[in-house]
Amino acid sequence: MANEKIKKVSIICSKGSLEGIYPALIMANGARMEGIEANLFFTFFGLDAITKKKVKKIKVATVGNPAMGIPTIIGAIPGMSAMATWMMKKQMDKLDIPPIDEFIEMISAAGGKLYACKASVDMFGLEKDDFMDEVKKILTVGEFYALAAGGQIIFT
Amino acid sequence: MATKQIAGKIVSVSEEGYLTDPSQWTREVAQAIAVEEGITLTDAHWKVIDFLKKDFAATGTLASMRRINKTGGIPTKDLYELFPDGPLKKAARIAGLPKPTSCV
Repeated sequence: MANEKIKKVSIICSKGSLEGIYPALIMANGARMEGIEANLFFTFFGLDAITKKKVKKIKVATVGNPAMGIPTIIGAIPGMSAMATWMMKKQMDKLDIPPIDEFIEMISAAGGKLYACKASVDMFGLEKDDFMDEVKKILTVGEFYALAAGGQIIFT
Repeated sequence: MATKQIAGKIVSVSEEGYLTDPSQWTREVAQAIAVEEGITLTDAHWKVIDFLKKDFAATGTLASMRRINKTGGIPTKDLYELFPDGPLKKAARIAGLPKPTSCV
């Protein structure tokens, strides 16, 4: 078992902040680069990552994020989140990490499959057309589990 | 460091089979490594290999998938079709370049 290669991963992206979305995308893309089958399931605010109107507006959370190393009250100043986002994006571009919308296209081109969670889609009043074309389908939790069968599930 | 015989040449390789001395790379060596990877090299493969080698010579680092797409003009989808199950790793190995070290 220990030396057995992972063959399939199904990654759940449940957060809508920049730092919440990227780990799921990097892990999905990294899986494809290793020849591992990858499914990405977007739920709750994670849906922003595949929603056409939201994908370019995703920001770093500067409030309620102790790792930022700044007091909450400073993080709440208008423009702080935009600035932190700008800095992080600049750094990521240097490392050749694409913006979220381009990353979604890249994962799809790499053969990764993207899905939206039915419960969240209904809750936010969204439709299939609200999502990027790379999103294959809106799935129920049951369908997601069926798809994930025989592989590893990662929740982010 | 290990050596191995490939395409009638003795070459130095890392534990994972990547050439450690770029000067030992020849097109014949590339062909032989490709066969080990189960790939028959076509012009489309050579376009990727030539870009990787040229880019490596210019920048000193192995191009990322994104760079091969944006700068090399080779669509990501094609890369996965040409080098299935690990495009960058396989292309780098065939091109006689180091194993990819980046997460993207």
